[in-house]
Amino acid sequence: MTLDLLTLITFLPMIGAGVVVVLPRKQKNLARYTALGFSLVVLVLTIYLLSQFLGGTCPPGNVPEAMQKAAAGGPFGFTCQHVAEFFPQLNAKWHVGIDGLSMSLVLLSAILTPLAILISFEVTDRVHEHMALFLFLEMGVIGLFISLDLLIFFIFWEIGLVPMYFLINYWGGKDRQYASTKFFIYTMAGSLGLLLSIQLIGVVAGTFDIPTLLATFPKGLNGAGQALSLPFAGDLNLIKGLMFLAFFFAFAVKVPIWPFHTWLPDAHTEAPTAGSMLLAGILLKLGAYGFVRFVVPLFPAEAQTFAPVLAFLAVAGIILGGLAAWGMNDFKRLVAYSSVNHMGFVVLGVAAFASVYNNIFTQAIANAADREIVLRSVSMATNGAILQMFTHGLSSAGMFLLVGALYHKAHTRDLTQFGGLFNLAPFYGGLLIFTSMASLGLPGMAGFVSEFQVIAGTWWIFPAYVAAAMVGLFLTGAYILKGIRAVLYGPTNDVWRGHHLEIEFREVLALTPLLVLILITGLWPNWIVQVINQTVTRLFGS
Amino acid sequence: MNWFDANFLPWLIPLPPLIAFALIVLVLGRSRVLTHITAVGSAVISWFLSFAVVLRAFQVAELGKYSVGIFGSNVNDIFGISTGWLSNGGQSNAITGALNMGVAVDPLTAIMLFMVPLVIMLIIVFSIGYMYHDPRNARFFAYLCLFAAGMLTLVVADNLLMLFVGWEVMGLCSYLLIGFFYDAAPKSQVDRVAPFQAATKAFLTTRLADVIMMLGIAYLWASTGTLNFRDILFSQAALEQLASTPALGGFLGLSAAGFIGICLIIGTVGKSAQFPLHTWLPDAMKGPTPVSAMIHAAAMVSAGVYMIIRMYPVLAAGGNVHEGVLTAPMVFMAVIGSFTALFAATIAIAQNDIKKVLAYSTISQLGFMVAALGIGAYIPAFFHLITHAFFKGLLFLASGSVIHGMEHGHHVAHGHADHGHEAHAEHGHAEEHGHAAPAHAEHGHAEHGHGAHGHGSHAPTQWEHVFPDFNEGDFDPQDMRNMGGLIRTMPVTAVTFIIGGLALAGAPIITAGFWSKDEILAEAWYMMGKTPVGLLVLVSLALAATLTAIYTFRQIAMTFLGTPRTEAALYAQHYNKARGDGFAERSISITLTAPLIVLAVFALLFGFVGVNPSFPIVGPLMSSLGIEKPFVNYVKYSLLEIPEIPAFNLLPVLLSFAIFGVGVFAGWSLYVRRPVILGQADPVEGIVGKDTYRILQNKYYIDEFYARFFIQPFQWAAARYSEVVDRGLIDSVLHFVARTAGRIGDVVKEFNRVVIDGVGDGIPEAIGDAAKALRPLQTGRVQQYLLFALVAAIVVAVNLIIIAAVPQIIPVAALVQGGIVVLIVFLLGSGSASQPTGGSGNRPASEGDVQATSGD
Repeated sequence: MTLDLLTLITFLPMIGAGVVVVLPRKQKNLARYTALGFSLVVLVLTIYLLSQFLGGTCPPGNVPEAMQKAAAGGPFGFTCQHVAEFFPQLNAKWHVGIDGLSMSLVLLSAILTPLAILISFEVTDRVHEHMALFLFLEMGVIGLFISLDLLIFFIFWEIGLVPMYFLINYWGGKDRQYASTKFFIYTMAGSLGLLLSIQLIGVVAGTFDIPTLLATFPKGLNGAGQALSLPFAGDLNLIKGLMFLAFFFAFAVKVPIWPFHTWLPDAHTEAPTAGSMLLAGILLKLGAYGFVRFVVPLFPAEAQTFAPVLAFLAVAGIILGGLAAWGMNDFKRLVAYSSVNHMGFVVLGVAAFASVYNNIFTQAIANAADREIVLRSVSMATNGAILQMFTHGLSSAGMFLLVGALYHKAHTRDLTQFGGLFNLAPFYGGLLIFTSMASLGLPGMAGFVSEFQVIAGTWWIFPAYVAAAMVGLFLTGAYILKGIRAVLYGPTNDVWRGHHLEIEFREVLALTPLLVLILITGLWPNWIVQVINQTVTRLFGS
Repeated sequence: MNWFDANFLPWLIPLPPLIAFALIVLVLGRSRVLTHITAVGSAVISWFLSFAVVLRAFQVAELGKYSVGIFGSNVNDIFGISTGWLSNGGQSNAITGALNMGVAVDPLTAIMLFMVPLVIMLIIVFSIGYMYHDPRNARFFAYLCLFAAGMLTLVVADNLLMLFVGWEVMGLCSYLLIGFFYDAAPKSQVDRVAPFQAATKAFLTTRLADVIMMLGIAYLWASTGTLNFRDILFSQAALEQLASTPALGGFLGLSAAGFIGICLIIGTVGKSAQFPLHTWLPDAMKGPTPVSAMIHAAAMVSAGVYMIIRMYPVLAAGGNVHEGVLTAPMVFMAVIGSFTALFAATIAIAQNDIKKVLAYSTISQLGFMVAALGIGAYIPAFFHLITHAFFKGLLFLASGSVIHGMEHGHHVAHGHADHGHEAHAEHGHAEEHGHAAPAHAEHGHAEHGHGAHGHGSHAPTQWEHVFPDFNEGDFDPQDMRNMGGLIRTMPVTAVTFIIGGLALAGAPIITAGFWSKDEILAEAWYMMGKTPVGLLVLVSLALAATLTAIYTFRQIAMTFLGTPRTEAALYAQHYNKARGDGFAERSISITLTAPLIVLAVFALLFGFVGVNPSFPIVGPLMSSLGIEKPFVNYVKYSLLEIPEIPAFNLLPVLLSFAIFGVGVFAGWSLYVRRPVILGQADPVEGIVGKDTYRILQNKYYIDEFYARFFIQPFQWAAARYSEVVDRGLIDSVLHFVARTAGRIGDVVKEFNRVVIDGVGDGIPEAIGDAAKALRPLQTGRVQQYLLFALVAAIVVAVNLIIIAAVPQIIPVAALVQGGIVVLIVFLLGSGSASQPTGGSGNRPASEGDVQATSGD
């Protein structure tokens, strides 16, 4: 078996985790730098992968002809595929591959992990395990994004959960037990239904292969091209509806979609800085990824029915998330709620996608002029939803980094305790303003592009919801300015005179790549949008 | 590529200030000299580049005139170039709505490029002197450069999205600059707004408008598939389609163009501070004065009007101005504009802060432009935008010069000139303030009326703590009641200010303001007979113009004429050799006054580019010089349908004369003949009555109204939402489930112990043993979850194998697994039920945990 690049990228972090754990206990720095080194190698390999992807020079892979045929006409167009035996009894294979959607998210994961590791250099307690968990987490998320087999997907889905649980539970703040438990149970409760549905799909369709399923399952066919049939008496549509709900719930908890979001502020607030960075930066995207990859394409009819509800929940998240963030006096909680607000835009884009995809799928839009507008709108919205995952990953990680940097030195996150720190920590202040503006979605920075895409794209489909979402966008401004004002502005609070609050070099080092990417993406988004758009274009078959 | 190609050159115009911003922030900020050189240098380069483009643009006689050539190519089109920015969908842009970014120079942009870089450059030069002693000098110039870059981006943009980028970058810069003295407390007990509050208010008010504007942009994109100005505004088909499609199913009674138009206008209402979103702008005076000039003259507020001028064809789509058929957005503009013009003028008359008068004056003048656009006076609105930028920029900079002089005078008067300028009164940094305090305190009280104010209860105690010299702030160098007679000590400033004031008041023939205002009134006169909206605009603008003349003369009289009312005014000067000022003060004085002179020239002469040849005496005179309405003739090609210009009519001109005459007479008799005496009631107070005057002074209590009915309810909701809904409602449901599950879990455990253990199954025993082994760690729960997760995984795996082997068993398996799901959730829940307070989490994790959990 030749070594496949995707497989290598997936398992290199795990090897790294293994190496770090067995390093001598006393060599804390060695553990740190080893972990950083491994994650950087993964980053380099990912960039190489990106160049292959953009250049269209991925090796053809070893997908058997039968599988290729079964998957023909599927919506995504995976490349760089690789297939190996995994569990023949279940017809589950080690099948990996990428498209624009997973490429952008793998890139995000590979970028954020080394930065998180760099930030967690400040951890002095059980360094080896801490570092290993980050690498383990990286393996989980990358594996999840590239897996093209539902069973493999589910395994990685669960793997992604475990390291974060321990990161919060052992290195978290004072309510970490409650927070980590809530996080774990909530996600677990969601994923059990997912597991059940995946098994059921495996049984009725006879395969776990994602490209095959995407091409056949929504048409009511199984992997072999025959009509789906249940092995027991029951209404197929009802079962499909239940499966849809199970998928929906599992991913909705992870995104999180309002009102399943209450684990998030707790988990974020208690997680260590680097944990929050990855939680907001990557783990929330797993849910959104699930929506774009599975929920809508596998269940187009059900998704279409459900789309207005989804849009409603998205807008509820946007508005109420913003409102909650505005009301917070804990800086980290404020930023945590901002994720609910921002991820709402991803969900809104997905709702637009869901409401139209079935019609495109079944060729139901007859009028050519309508079709034109609907197509460009929905592809804008979907592009925006995916780009918003990427840009939120950058800006939220940056925000958590800065909140953590302040907390690490001031030992409080209470916004009422600060004030006028711009005088004492000018560099920190400048960086905070920059990152806050990125989070606010200031034009010229990354967040604006994706938010605009979602708004412009969804407008034609859900105008009332988009208009309501604008209230949330206004609230975004309110809470972002509240953060800046409470920390930096106002008369200097004398308590902090003489304290060292200025940002450290290591923190700047970890923040800089994020800021550069935010700026580049804001000024010239096409570098990443063309990656995403490639897949979205295929999705809508234009 | 030819870098000096006029098509490409506009790309480079916003770059120098942007680069200067980056350089100052990252590298040069430590050196004051280098900062100044970089900032001024970048402004000069931008101006030079713009000048090159403008020269080329002016050489093309009919730049922008749209005519389709033989092969469908556009003849005499515009300068510009664009590049792919955001791909979307497949190949063809028109269908897929991919977005490009680019620059375009049509007549509108060319004229803006004539005005904007010039004014920006002068403001930056002025700032050198004005901010010389400020310790945050570098930061100031960095922000200013970014501001300039934003404005220039907005001007050269060839599409609405890029315009919006510049628009919002300016919003950010104004936020940063208004809050420049971010650590200062409110300046006095009377004016209770601190700079950082003003900054937040400005940003949020404009953002409220911007998000609505974004809807308009989104709608425009959705229906046309592009945001390029030329593609939309010069496409008859696109405009007709927008005008004929009902918006959102038509329940609002608007066409798509109408809906988009109103959204865009709301953006302008926020940015150009029109009623009801005008409240941010007077508070924005908390920033350093050059910023006020930047915001009010060259950049931000003009940007708002520029945008609707630019988008005018969409706003007017579906109407016919010359038959008196106005579209909904136009009526909206006419009403908002004329109301704002009048309303702001009434407030301006009762303000005592030199900058606040100008602030309300700006709001009022922008109202003129918006109202003009509402009745289809496209070119006059744009003309007034340009002349206003010159004379309002002049007025703000001159008032900055006055304030600087007053501060200087204040320090001299109070005998600590030896402190030098380090103790700037306005630049209220706590540190510098400290040593200047004692000398100030005694005078601050005696001099004017509000000495009696102590530390009122509304000032947070925190500020008192930081500012022991809070009372010192009661000397207000911006209060016109403290001034008087400054023409003797500051002649250059006074003369230039008076020129600007005359232009603002519309002094006939000799000032630019007259020509542009007259054009607006002429169009209103013309429209009066066609639609009642025209009459509304004419009457309110005429009244507003009269008030403008009055408050301008009031301002001039109170500031420059009469006798000094305070010691500070007596000594108000930038430079006085007799008292030991040296080279530094001399240079500062020059940088402060030189820009005034340049702007004064434009405030006087620029109007002549718009003189109607039929105008008595002046018209023929200009024609004989070969100048025949070059402005109108040049700008009209910015539109696809060249606007019809009403024939010359003497009546509106006479009206303009009359307005100025009445205003001058009133101002003179009220303020010049009997100069204001400190402590005495303002003459206007006598006319309108004490109560009305108080309402005017308090700006109709609109701020208070908003605070009470919008801001506070939102804040109330925000402060409670998370507690009530997230924790109270959602989480309590979760906790209830968990607690219930915990109870059931206990029952199940009991069942396990009695029944299953009794049977002697090995697995539960193992579980029990493991649990026992882990119990000493006293964490319990963590291991419990892991254990359950492990059990779940095993069961699931077993299930999978069973299913693979015997698919028929699936209903049974599903049932079993469903049961397992419920069980696990319940059992895990029982752990959390006892945990929601999370009190026991402080336990330092022991080595055992790691071994137990990392599985080695």
